[in-house]
Amino acid sequence: MIASRVNHVIRGSLAAVGLFSFLKRQKDRRASDGASEITSDAATAAQTSVEIRADTADTQLVEASVEPPPEHGIDAGVEVGLEAGLGKTRSRFRDNLLNFLLGDKPIDEDLLEELESQLIMADVGVVATRKIMSSLGASVARSEVGDSAALGKALRRELLALLKPVEVPLEIPDQSGPFVILVVGVNGSGKTTTIGKLARQMTEGGLSVMLAAGDTFRAAAVEQLETWGARNKVPVVAQGSGADSASVIFDAMQSAKARGIDVLIADTAGRLHTQANLMDELAKVKRVLSKLDPTAPHETLIVLDGGTGQNALAQAQQFHDAIGLTGMAVTKLDGTAKGGVVFAIAESLGLPIRFIGVGEGVFDLQVFEAEPFIDALVDVGAPVDVA
Amino acid sequence: MFDTLSDRLGQTIKKLRGQGRLTEDNIKDTLREVRMALLEADVALPVVKQLIDAVREKALGQEVIGSLSPGQALIKVVNDELVNVMGENAVPLNLATQPPAVILMAGLQGAGKTTTVGKLAKYLKEREKKKVMVVSCDVYRPAAIKQLQTVATGVEATFFESQVDQQPVAIAEAALAAAKKQFVDVLLVDTAGRLAIDTEMMAEIKQLHSALTPIETLFVVDSMTGQDAANTAAAFGEALPLTGVVLTKTDGDARGGAALSVRVITGKPIKFIGSGEKSDALETFYPDRIASRILGMGDVVSLVEEVTAKVDHDKAEKFAKKMQKGRAFDLNDLKEQLEQMASMGGMAAMMDKLPGMANIPEAAKAQVNDKQFVHMIALVNSMTPQERRFPAILKGSRKKRIAAGAGLQVQDVNKLLKQHQQMSRMMKKMKGGGMKKMMRGLQGKMPPGMGGPGGMPGM
Repeated sequence: MIASRVNHVIRGSLAAVGLFSFLKRQKDRRASDGASEITSDAATAAQTSVEIRADTADTQLVEASVEPPPEHGIDAGVEVGLEAGLGKTRSRFRDNLLNFLLGDKPIDEDLLEELESQLIMADVGVVATRKIMSSLGASVARSEVGDSAALGKALRRELLALLKPVEVPLEIPDQSGPFVILVVGVNGSGKTTTIGKLARQMTEGGLSVMLAAGDTFRAAAVEQLETWGARNKVPVVAQGSGADSASVIFDAMQSAKARGIDVLIADTAGRLHTQANLMDELAKVKRVLSKLDPTAPHETLIVLDGGTGQNALAQAQQFHDAIGLTGMAVTKLDGTAKGGVVFAIAESLGLPIRFIGVGEGVFDLQVFEAEPFIDALVDVGAPVDVA
Repeated sequence: MFDTLSDRLGQTIKKLRGQGRLTEDNIKDTLREVRMALLEADVALPVVKQLIDAVREKALGQEVIGSLSPGQALIKVVNDELVNVMGENAVPLNLATQPPAVILMAGLQGAGKTTTVGKLAKYLKEREKKKVMVVSCDVYRPAAIKQLQTVATGVEATFFESQVDQQPVAIAEAALAAAKKQFVDVLLVDTAGRLAIDTEMMAEIKQLHSALTPIETLFVVDSMTGQDAANTAAAFGEALPLTGVVLTKTDGDARGGAALSVRVITGKPIKFIGSGEKSDALETFYPDRIASRILGMGDVVSLVEEVTAKVDHDKAEKFAKKMQKGRAFDLNDLKEQLEQMASMGGMAAMMDKLPGMANIPEAAKAQVNDKQFVHMIALVNSMTPQERRFPAILKGSRKKRIAAGAGLQVQDVNKLLKQHQQMSRMMKKMKGGGMKKMMRGLQGKMPPGMGGPGGMPGM
């Protein structure tokens, strides 16, 4: 029962809420996310999102994004936001790498070289780019692809073939103990923020959530998580700065079990993947968790900064070697970063991409879907008008 | 961080060795490899193109003629060009203004601004003897102000309180007024992370800038950043009159291409690099040395400087006098040295800076165990003053007692004594030259005082 509910919610958050998050004004988002107390305004805004989601989760994606139901009291301010939001969407598409492929330019060396450059500038990486290009080149040689538009479609197919297999949303099964999500990553990738947003989305999906403040190293990391906890009315287990991370998470697990919590999300300190001792510490966290529940952690999620270059591959690889990852979240994709390195990661590790972060709002953490992600890189065949 | 780039360039240029001369053809292959190496190192594509063009032009020109070998010539051209791009000299912080000198930090979310503020505060306090105040204008991220407060307390800098319901500009103005009143030398202003395309937030930081008129506006950038470093740097550079760049998280294995990109795009010097989680892990950025490091020549000069800065000068002088008098090198001296060594970040941190370390396998590096310093110090601590002065009196039962006191084995005591003997022999040789000579000896090899590569346990 829980399973279907959560699936519904998390999938729904992209279909309805994710797109709606673009409609909210920047300022409103800041008010609701930035203030330590939830002001009545912000609370209303949050309430609105909930209603929207409840109403539209089953409706079509396109309908939901184009015509918000009027009964949610969308005022002029939000209208402005709608413009801005679509502008943001459009500019994401306008910047993308294949605009120059529109039209039927003949395929020549220059065009292919330009395409290669664009892939590289999206952080796809030299090796992955070469692979994609050689496969495209083969298609051209076989005369399957005649003009630049067809080349764009072929590229989209190539990219989709790489990412479709890792489009696996996080499913939370109905189980007796708490579902434990261990969140790891390098410093400043956005772990705590991702946890805060995830906790909120899950709570609103009807799950009981508990947070474990496992980042006992960085200054005020515990307070940061506690703020998120207070804001979402979610219990936070913490021992303060300098405590042993594994022991905090162990405590949290005991407490989550005792209180019949559905989902326990454990934060950890950011660490560079090259620091062997810190990686051992994570292994210890995992070991300790398995004492209380041999199947825990049920999800080991690495949070990756979307702006990271080829080093992201080394990060994913080494965290995976140390503790065995089961999922990935890519954050900060609302800027100019394209996050193209996920192609290389998808190919070498096959790690499911669970979420992407496209903004500061709570619902800007969306379930990853390969097609829109690629469409943000490649617009050919995408159902968006490019002015 | 630069190891992989060094490795890659090293491999590429090695292929050139053994060839008679540089021709347009073999240069073309090699340059393609260099291009790929730079792209894989996350140097932004436009910057790579610029660099390759410049190298090609120079390599084919006169500069190659008269060099020892084509390979060396190309290394030199690439090196010169890297130096050329990165800037010739280290550019120090400019604090020459009527106090308080304001330093404004800007950057993306999670770049490491707050951590850098803490490290800078410590640096300015300890190296420049400045009175430092820090303030956070990050009213958005939960607990950001608290984070800065904790960091500031850690480095004993004055923290100016701010609240999340205040306007960032109001906070900045109040902090500036307070800094003037308290005769603060430097005011460090931390700001919220922001995306370059977020017009509202970019407007806010422009307002902060005009309210504060900082003498330094530092752009903080994560060294692991990919191609987007170019976009972001360009946007921040347009919005703000940047004066410098801080490159963070360089202790990972990222290839650090962002350093090149940001330098070229903003045209501003990289002033500092963050190289670890501790509050003193902030280093002055020396572009010429970094270029050598990229090419695998090591960064010996940085190391020497770090050693001289951190070795307590009074102690060193006392030590040198002792040496000159000819008094024996006793266990107290050994302990002092071990402690100084530990305060410099231990062997691992030192090794990173030495030439040729890129070629040593990770497994071998991992054997260098800083714990051994702790053990050795513990052993000395378990001795009586007399035992420390005259190690010769240590016999079976004393050794047993000392081992038990340190929680170690008798064989560890023996190892320590052997080590001490080796070192005192070396010290005798150095008599007369004193510390100066010892420091000179640092260039190119392990500090002799530390026993050298053969004398260190575990090496």
